[in-house]
Amino acid sequence: MAVVETRNLTKVFKEGELGAVNNVNLETREGEFLVFLGPSGSGKTTLLRMIAGLEQPTAGEIRIGSRVVNHLSPRERRIAMVFQSYALYPHLSVYNNIAFPLKAQKVPKDQHRKKVEWAASLLGINLLLNRKPRELSGGERQRVALARAIVREPSVFLLDEPLSNLDAKLRASAREELESFHKRIGTTTIYVTHDQVEAMAMGDRVMVLNKGVVRQLGSPTEVYDRPADTFVATFLGSPPMNLLENGDMIVGFRPEHLLPVELVPRAVINFRLRVKNTEYLGAEWILYGMVTGGKFDGKQVVSRLGSAGSFQANETYEFAVQEEHLHFFDRHTEKRTEPKVLAWQ
Amino acid sequence: MAIGAKIPPEIVGVKQGEVDVARIPWRRTPDGRARLLGVALFSPAVLYLIALIGVPFVLAFVYAFTDVKVGSVTSHYVGLENFRSIIQSPSFRKALGNSFIFTIVSQFLVILGSTILSIALKDKFHGRGFVRFLILLPWVAPISLGAIGWKWILDSLYSVINWVLVALHFYKPYSAPMWLGEPTLAMISVILVHTWRLLPFSTVIMLAGLTAIPKDIPEAAQVDGAGFWRTLFQITIPMMLPIINVAVLFGIIFTFTDMTVVYILTAGGPYDSTQVLPSLAFFTGILGGDLSQGAAISLFLVPILVVISYFMLRMAHGAEIA
Amino acid sequence: MRNAMSYKIVQHVSRWSVLAVFAILLAFPFYWMFITTFKQTADLYTLENNPFKFNLPPTLEHLRLLFGQTKYVTWLENTAIVGAIVVGITLVLALPAAYALTRLTGRWGQRLGIIIFLTYLVPPTLLFIPLSRVVAILGLQDTIWSVVVVYPTFTVPFSIWLLMGFFKSIPRELEDAAMVDGLTRLGAFVRLVVPISLSGILTVVIFTFTLVTQEFVYALTFISTENNQMLGVGVPTFLVRGDVYYWGSLMAACLIASLPIAVLYNLFLDRFIAGFTVGAVK
Repeated sequence: MAVVETRNLTKVFKEGELGAVNNVNLETREGEFLVFLGPSGSGKTTLLRMIAGLEQPTAGEIRIGSRVVNHLSPRERRIAMVFQSYALYPHLSVYNNIAFPLKAQKVPKDQHRKKVEWAASLLGINLLLNRKPRELSGGERQRVALARAIVREPSVFLLDEPLSNLDAKLRASAREELESFHKRIGTTTIYVTHDQVEAMAMGDRVMVLNKGVVRQLGSPTEVYDRPADTFVATFLGSPPMNLLENGDMIVGFRPEHLLPVELVPRAVINFRLRVKNTEYLGAEWILYGMVTGGKFDGKQVVSRLGSAGSFQANETYEFAVQEEHLHFFDRHTEKRTEPKVLAWQ
Repeated sequence: MAIGAKIPPEIVGVKQGEVDVARIPWRRTPDGRARLLGVALFSPAVLYLIALIGVPFVLAFVYAFTDVKVGSVTSHYVGLENFRSIIQSPSFRKALGNSFIFTIVSQFLVILGSTILSIALKDKFHGRGFVRFLILLPWVAPISLGAIGWKWILDSLYSVINWVLVALHFYKPYSAPMWLGEPTLAMISVILVHTWRLLPFSTVIMLAGLTAIPKDIPEAAQVDGAGFWRTLFQITIPMMLPIINVAVLFGIIFTFTDMTVVYILTAGGPYDSTQVLPSLAFFTGILGGDLSQGAAISLFLVPILVVISYFMLRMAHGAEIA
Repeated sequence: MRNAMSYKIVQHVSRWSVLAVFAILLAFPFYWMFITTFKQTADLYTLENNPFKFNLPPTLEHLRLLFGQTKYVTWLENTAIVGAIVVGITLVLALPAAYALTRLTGRWGQRLGIIIFLTYLVPPTLLFIPLSRVVAILGLQDTIWSVVVVYPTFTVPFSIWLLMGFFKSIPRELEDAAMVDGLTRLGAFVRLVVPISLSGILTVVIFTFTLVTQEFVYALTFISTENNQMLGVGVPTFLVRGDVYYWGSLMAACLIASLPIAVLYNLFLDRFIAGFTVGAVK
């Protein structure tokens, strides 16, 4: 049974303009970790808020547990939400923050302590129960927000970019904690982010959105290895996929697949690259080059290498891409198409 | 200290980068010069305030312990004589009591009203600017003019309130309440005017506090299952407490130390029933010419000011830490 | 099962009822001033007449009386002159002081700022008795100069506090960049900070002016002659002959004085709040 379902969900803020969310259809799988991924303005947060009941859709249906919930208030939908800022109640202790949903839902008082302690122990914050939010670190606040969300045993978790307020170092460990938390409790989770690394690392499936439209919905492997259009192709992967126009096709290949010709067994395209710049990132090299000669003369491409060997700036080298690593997109629709034999010279 | 600050000219013959900082007199360093400039810039204001607030403040104490009157050339130290005589005066005791009653009751009403009003004003809506204009009128208009307006509304013969009451048959003609003529009613009228005047001010402060609450928090409460009233009483109002504090502190000062409303509305009457400390000080000291007694009466304002200042300092300090 | 639509309707209705009640209670006296201004005396003083409407045609006689036969215009002039001068004095004293306290004095500067603000809490009803003697000694008794000298005692602390709030919101880096480019501290203040804070300064001007127009105690204490009096004291004092209140003209006077101030105040209120919350929250 799908936990969350939307049909033709649309949200238009201003009459006559393109909607923030346009005709989105989705079905979550029980227990999965689904990521809404997209740049800012893609509608991912609006979509999440509509599922939560904080925004009213202009058109379309939302179902939770096969009940249509369009007209229900957030509290009646049995969802829990973690906000970007965590929205902890600053004047309440951690204990009272976590207990607040129980009070609001009129859970009998004698059950409060048990439930709060259960939620707290799931997140390892039992020792923090008497503190106030301002005394907590960023990571601790995230855990309190999660405890407050889990204490009601909701059917869906909604998370709105909870890692973006943490500094970089903390983000990795907080991410790992979120992942193990999800494994432990197994509640269906929808997670919004603009960070494709987070999406790939955490998601069971990733839904890529742009301008309110779903571009692709699939596992991390699917969206990375078989992107459905050029937007998905360039949004995932850093540095982004190289795209070249050839006739009525756009051909793409990822930087890690553009290699010195010696390393490429079944080369299909050969380039002569003049190296413009190299960056040493420790674990790998990024090489920026310009194609010299042939059909793509003057185009800039990027390559990703384990070692840069002896590449000098302004020198020209032979690079190539293997057949299996080519992606083909129709030039007009920008959507993925079948590979074609093309002229490369 | 800004990057690239010039080396002071008296250090002659030193190349940039070779300055021995310890040998420059501090007042010549950029830091020192900044401090000196700072002192120069605020001194005029500080000197002015010392001269026209500090000195008179001390003088008020001095007068209270002497027998100075308007026109007196010399004055003598009289110890606690002034205080003894005013404490025994029934007018004084009434004024002291009234000051507290008027302030506490009107403040209570103001806080209640402004909390409700600020919540109603929080979200944008068409016409909010105009509504706000109307609501601000009592605070913006000069106190004396607003009070005079009320004097007309509460006039013993022509009060519009009375006309309405008579028209609704609550009273027979000519037997409607004398708002400013009867002691208890007069006290109520004064409290009413104070409340009316301070509501807008308090509302503006509360609104500022309300808008400072992040949007997330009421949404989180909504998701957690809280309805309107629970969110209001358990989340919104507790988060507004610091700002309610500020509004109360100011409100107390503005009401407790005000003489204008009483002076215009009732001149302290009927029979001293609406007298307050500041108006009594005025009648005694300025109209009556007895400066020292007047000063002594007004000194009774000081304890309240000290208490309020203490709480304000504590809040300012707390805000600095948080 | 709560319907989102009906909840919205309840919200709207309750909000508008609350607002209507409060707006009426608060603005009613001014509406009343307005009606009284234009009602004929006979209409005003006939008890049987419905006071809410014009039983006799409206009239301008009260306005004519006010402007023709009283010193109302003089009081308006006095108040305007005093206001302008006091605004000037206040800016001269408060601008540099606020800047110094924000930028040039560190922690103890903040403390000094708070102390200055506390002087705002010392009420005129405490200081007026000693100050009346000071004014007499200075020979300013019964002139508008008495209040010109004394009014900055409350406009300056208030303005310093407000300006500190505005200055704090200007990033230090701007002045640092100017000094690196060659300006002195003072130069940076005059040529950079002041122009940027123009809207804040304007707000201070407006609020100082309104504080002056609203003042009552000092004007009552120091000034006695009709010709020299200020608006706030002249109206309730001299529009009364013996025990007889000329209500029509009185209400006209109040209305005419209150409305322009209210309009100005409203225009600048948002900026005032911005300055005030920056100061308080930081």
